[in-house]
Amino acid sequence: MANIQEIVGKQFPEVTFAQGETLELTVPDASWHALAAKLHKEFGFDNLRALIGMDWGEELGIVCYLVNSRTYEMIRVKVSTANREEPFLHSITDLYAVAGIYEREVYDFYGIKFIGNPDMRRLFLRNDWVGFPFRKDYDTNPEVNPVRLDHEETEDTTVTYVEDADGKIHAEERVIFKPEDFVVNIGPQHPATHGVLRLRTAVEGEEIKKIDLYLGYIHRGIEKLCEGLTYPQTIHFVDRLDYLGALINSHCVCMCVEKAMGIEVPPRAKVIRVIMDELMRINSHLLAAGTFCMDLGATTMLFYALRERETILNILERTTGARMTFNYNVIGGVRQELDENFVTDVKALLEIMPKAIKEYNKIFTGNVIANNRMNGVGVLSEDDAVDYNITGPSGRATGWNYDVRRAHPYGAYPEVDFEVITRTEGDSMARFKARMSEMEQSCKIIAQLIDKIPEGEICAKVPKIIKLPEGHWFQEVETGKGAFGCYIESTGTTSPWRMKFNSPCFCLAGVIDHLTRGQKIADLITIGGTLDYIVPDIDR
Amino acid sequence: MEITTKSMPYEAWKDNEYIESMIAELKANGTNVIVGSLDKLINWGRSNSLWPLTFATSCCGIEFISLGAARYDMARFGWEVARSSPRQADFMMVAGTIVHRMAPVVRRLYDQLAEPKYVIATGSCAISGGPFKNSYHVVKGVGEIIPVDVYCPGCPPRPEAMIYAIMQLSRKVKVEKFFGGVNRKENQKEFLKNHPIESMTD
Repeated sequence: MANIQEIVGKQFPEVTFAQGETLELTVPDASWHALAAKLHKEFGFDNLRALIGMDWGEELGIVCYLVNSRTYEMIRVKVSTANREEPFLHSITDLYAVAGIYEREVYDFYGIKFIGNPDMRRLFLRNDWVGFPFRKDYDTNPEVNPVRLDHEETEDTTVTYVEDADGKIHAEERVIFKPEDFVVNIGPQHPATHGVLRLRTAVEGEEIKKIDLYLGYIHRGIEKLCEGLTYPQTIHFVDRLDYLGALINSHCVCMCVEKAMGIEVPPRAKVIRVIMDELMRINSHLLAAGTFCMDLGATTMLFYALRERETILNILERTTGARMTFNYNVIGGVRQELDENFVTDVKALLEIMPKAIKEYNKIFTGNVIANNRMNGVGVLSEDDAVDYNITGPSGRATGWNYDVRRAHPYGAYPEVDFEVITRTEGDSMARFKARMSEMEQSCKIIAQLIDKIPEGEICAKVPKIIKLPEGHWFQEVETGKGAFGCYIESTGTTSPWRMKFNSPCFCLAGVIDHLTRGQKIADLITIGGTLDYIVPDIDR
Repeated sequence: MEITTKSMPYEAWKDNEYIESMIAELKANGTNVIVGSLDKLINWGRSNSLWPLTFATSCCGIEFISLGAARYDMARFGWEVARSSPRQADFMMVAGTIVHRMAPVVRRLYDQLAEPKYVIATGSCAISGGPFKNSYHVVKGVGEIIPVDVYCPGCPPRPEAMIYAIMQLSRKVKVEKFFGGVNRKENQKEFLKNHPIESMTD
């Protein structure tokens, strides 16, 4: 770290450094792009984990978390602008592919325009939306933006901002679809998009030429809602993001708040949380496999997978009282004591799971049709996975050995022995098989812990009123889809100044266009299914 | 007259008052014997084969999948034919949050459903906006944009609750006059008149 400070400081004297959780660099916009290029090329920070829009009251800006894909080292860069009327920042889309979609999100919420981003349209909100909702001075009066029943205009062009030699910025029109393109609209109401995702697809015969992604059909503004609530009140929202990883998501938020307050979680709660996380992961992979196979026409698989899923839901329900939105993790530990039959139930599950996985492989994985439809379809290379920030099973299927449970261990994970599943092919089959093998690993983790749940408290003593000190924290966990992050910026009050949920599915959606180009339109379903995105997690 | 569905005793329903008031309305004007018998036959058929539209935006949709799977098995009641096209469906389970961008799409899907059509608002989001009520981008209940027949509370409702909701719907279908438009059609027309789509060109 000191090395970075020395070398960067020499070349960019205007950069200021601070050491928090990670090394923090504050850079003026003028040298932001050059700094990013240097960090990328020379220090190997080739993975943009998060790009978070911010409104600090006076200034608007972004906070970036950059990760070295080999050493898993993380640094934080802060860029801001004082101009609230016409805020411009430089884009890093040419360095990090995922920045394209992240910057569009920031533009949509804060109105910051990025110079050099090829596509500066709104992402989540209607294109006739008035104002930028995440700004602190946004007018929330419902009369400004009433519920409109007329359809918005779909545009075939977009705008990009270009800076010429003498520093003047001007807008340029860019064409997304030419008039002669044959564009098929898929979604938002389509059974195979796994939710309300809209893809405008240009095809030539059966081949996909380009996909234009439309998000926001389930954008609920959770992050903005959190700014008006206390910390314990915000936890239940994340259950409703990626509802198949509900417990893992809330684990993340709780850990982030605990880290900020310096609360030590009792060992019993730590182990319970990890067991719950792994049950949740199996649940998530089962449903992913089931619905994906149904999309390919193998309806039987859905029923088989859901059979085991119901067993898991039974276990979770007996302890938490709910089937899907659990509200089980609280700041400091977990809400209730385990059900008296928890251990026996889990052991019964561990017994049936290996047989069930064998059965799935027999029904589906070895099937000729499945092989023909999945092998070599939608191949993602390792470099692209890093570039597009594809984590989770989809990223590991390309060979990128990144798992938050290993890279930045949390909870009881340092105590358990498990294998990080990686494959090298990077195609749909690899992604599917990675999930199957991960379920086995999850069983392995649970088996190691289930007999060794320590006795003691299930929740640490926490103050009645939870107040975070001034500062910012970023915590990541590994959900069934990838690295889920929670970012909190606090000004020292009972509610967050900014809370951001950095979802893995958002990046998965961002890679669809890249993955499907040149593939057949029928393979869009295969690719989408194996990426396994959850749309409410994309839109938040 | 006791209106119920198969294998559900009349006393087991929690809210028989509303169905009784509907029956009273049905009886008020009297009807022709032939038309009445035809109504009965048609309603019997329709109430036992309600086809849902596969429409889900979030968590409630996953519970709807569970409803279709082996444990809850909605095929027992004749609802398993979930259609992906609104043209072939009888009712719409609005499962999940409806947001501003989605609102026109929901309305269009509703308009595309073939008559007679029904709506079940599933989950607190579809009923009132639920936990996201204060959001700038969430519609405070799908009842603001399309007429709703049955509300099914929960976050998300358990599959059992969904079964109860669809059973309520099938009960409502039974007290409808297919030829006369009593009980439902009038309200629907009125609703659509009060909620016009602005700048509709076609």
